[in-house]
Amino acid sequence: MKKSNLFLMLMLLALTLVLAACNFGGEEEEPASEDGSTEGSTEETAEGGTKELNLVVTSEPPSMHPQLATDSTSSAVLKQIYEGLTTYKDGEVVEGAAEKIETSEDGLVYTFTLRDAKWSNGDTVTAEDFAYAWTFALTPENASEYASILYPIKGAQAYNLGEGSVEDLGIKVVDEKTLEVTLENPTPYFLELTAFKTYFPIHKATAEANETWYAEAGETYITNGPYTLADWQHSGSMTLEKNANYWDADNVAIDKVNIGMVESEATAATMFDAGEIDFLGAPFQTVALDVIDRYKQEGILNISDYSAIYMYKFNTTDEVMGNANIRKALTLAIDRQGLIDNITKGEQSPALGMVPTAVKGFEEDAGYMKDNDVEEAKKALELGLQELGLGDASELEIKLSFNTSEAHAAIAQFIQEGWRTNLGIEVTLDNSEWQVYLDKLTNLDYQVGRLGWIADYNDAYTFLEQYDSAENGNNDTGWENAEYTELLKQSNSETDPEKRIELLKQAEAILMSEYPVAPIYYYTNLSVKKDYVENMELDQLGNVYLKYVDINK
Amino acid sequence: MLRYIFKRLVYILIALFIIITATFFLMKLAPGSPFASERDFPPQIEEQLNAKYGLDNPWYIQYKDYLVDTVSFDFGESMKYKGRSTNDIISESFPISLTLGIEAMILSIGLGIFLGVVAALYHNKFPDYLASTIAVLGISVPSFILAGLMQYFLAFKLDLFPVSGWKGFNYSILPALAIAITHAGFIAKLTRSSMLEQANSDYVKMARSKGLGKWSVVIRHSLRNALMPVITYLGPLTAGVVTGSFIIEQIFAIPGLGRHFVTSITNRDYTVIMGTTVFYSIILLFAVLVVDILYSVIDPRIKLKGAKK
Repeated sequence: MKKSNLFLMLMLLALTLVLAACNFGGEEEEPASEDGSTEGSTEETAEGGTKELNLVVTSEPPSMHPQLATDSTSSAVLKQIYEGLTTYKDGEVVEGAAEKIETSEDGLVYTFTLRDAKWSNGDTVTAEDFAYAWTFALTPENASEYASILYPIKGAQAYNLGEGSVEDLGIKVVDEKTLEVTLENPTPYFLELTAFKTYFPIHKATAEANETWYAEAGETYITNGPYTLADWQHSGSMTLEKNANYWDADNVAIDKVNIGMVESEATAATMFDAGEIDFLGAPFQTVALDVIDRYKQEGILNISDYSAIYMYKFNTTDEVMGNANIRKALTLAIDRQGLIDNITKGEQSPALGMVPTAVKGFEEDAGYMKDNDVEEAKKALELGLQELGLGDASELEIKLSFNTSEAHAAIAQFIQEGWRTNLGIEVTLDNSEWQVYLDKLTNLDYQVGRLGWIADYNDAYTFLEQYDSAENGNNDTGWENAEYTELLKQSNSETDPEKRIELLKQAEAILMSEYPVAPIYYYTNLSVKKDYVENMELDQLGNVYLKYVDINK
Repeated sequence: MLRYIFKRLVYILIALFIIITATFFLMKLAPGSPFASERDFPPQIEEQLNAKYGLDNPWYIQYKDYLVDTVSFDFGESMKYKGRSTNDIISESFPISLTLGIEAMILSIGLGIFLGVVAALYHNKFPDYLASTIAVLGISVPSFILAGLMQYFLAFKLDLFPVSGWKGFNYSILPALAIAITHAGFIAKLTRSSMLEQANSDYVKMARSKGLGKWSVVIRHSLRNALMPVITYLGPLTAGVVTGSFIIEQIFAIPGLGRHFVTSITNRDYTVIMGTTVFYSIILLFAVLVVDILYSVIDPRIKLKGAKK
């Protein structure tokens, strides 16, 4: 027995040596980062030590360049380290880097006067930095995938598509502190847009000096928001530290935010239970389906409205789906409440229109249809079958497509069952992985397909704009309607907000009478947090601004 | 010997060429684009993106580019992670997977051989049954179930280890165990059966009859011969384990290379697919070569083909 013990001991010895040599791949030793923070935040406070918040995100953020980022993970972090001309507080737009905002009579010219704000390296935030960042996004060679959100600016679309010139852009730097922006149309939600990540400024000098400045944290990663990106271990973790140069630094309570990257929802829930993280909920990972009930029982689950919709799109160029009555029948014969109670469980609300109730002006149900209206659905089906020259619903066969995911599959099965029992239509399910699925939708190679749409800015236009023409890249249904297009166009030049909402409602009504899309539910945001975390709430766009968050242990 | 190694190196190059070619064409045949996104962007922007990554060239130019990239070992910028090169991604995540892999390998070899030897020595007695049960359980319980159970009981309930992350030695124990146990079970079975074979051979009987103890015979004589099949298994094991396990890395949130194999494919991140595939192939091919060389070191009777007579 002794010899084999010796053998094991040798093994263990070898193991420790190897592991000591490897130093666990790149994780910086603690002292190094402590030294790096010259902000003096290490002083012991009365509560004892620095305030640290621990969070996790789903994955490595694909891009930490505000103008190149497209996804919600990147944007969740970018919002903490950059600040646009405006920002959100309690879901309302407030001044951010701008101190004063003036709008011309016709709503076309915005003049922003910047605050006396500084970058994390001490340089002044200038109007030039904003102009530089916006122009960067619009320059065709930079291929910014989100550039279209800047299109309300005059000349932006033409320049981005290679038809105009940079001189014709409606972005004018009047002086160091004044930025004058001319718009194409009066855009009532423009101040919501300036809080969006693509509208964030970037530090011109460093960005020009180093083309890939945004790939690593450190000296060259300069920010103007409440936090700096102090450390970034790719695919592992990020550390945000309070930015001492931020104009409102006195009101920023948390000194350090540790953001881990955890892909598994189950792991994230265990981490929350074990106290390793303080908050769980989009965009900082999501509350896994199987723990929702438990958190609900414990009474810690927060449910908040979210400007987002889950829907089934119909390919109107398809022979069967081209029939509006068939589409109507399918749309009506979905038991949304049943779906929410039994499958999605997140207390979502049944979507009976195209614009979520979290959007201003659309809080009330417009009464376009009833949930699970089987009677009407059967009538519509009858009509539809006649128009198609078919005798019986069983002659129809519909393919329902979705991207591979347990949740989407469960929803599809529930709806499939409803269509089969209530309408007698045979439905086959077809799943494909995400990149392939998106191609299918774009090329109209499907019959019924699921899609979610999350508002970039809290306005009905973001939900309605995509159907303004069959060519619109986000339409994916092949549906268009001249009257609808006209209404949207009118709403763009309407300066009276009341009348504008009225026009958008009329447009929504057209959509809800032709059913190119079956709305299913309006999302909610689920989150849980530890008791000592204060003010960490999600607004209707799913934003969390850590600037307002405090910890009281 | 040198001639043999040289010959093998040529084979490796040929194999690599075939792997690259196959990967390239499979990648191109697969539907889906790396730039497809929920929010559509104008075709002009897509053209710019294609031009930026050379995807607007005809396939033979792209194929040539990939071959050149591989030879110069520079795979270019990732299409998903903006501003980051594939080389950076590999060089940052590989050391982590390597550390975890080596730890798992040491655990699995140590544990596996120990269990195997015990099982063989106490053939058909209680220790044999115990060791075999552990081995069979190890092989048959998938690593992700084991990982989940360990995470729940050891990390959460008993609070012995952190749940996930990668910040020090503590963080590596659970994932290493989760990877190691399956392989340990396999190695234990291999060791047991070949040890039993050796136990009936003349030289062992001879050594025992000379009065040598059970264990000293094992350590000095029979284990060495019994390890041949284990060494065969070692090559692919090394390549598989040191390049990271997707599932384990996902569950324990370890920033290793394993996840890039899978996510790069679902993202259609062509440059990263190519980089990780070539990297993995090289490691696998060399691991197999090293194992073949090890054979002749351990058992001088095995002559490598092409070696001097």
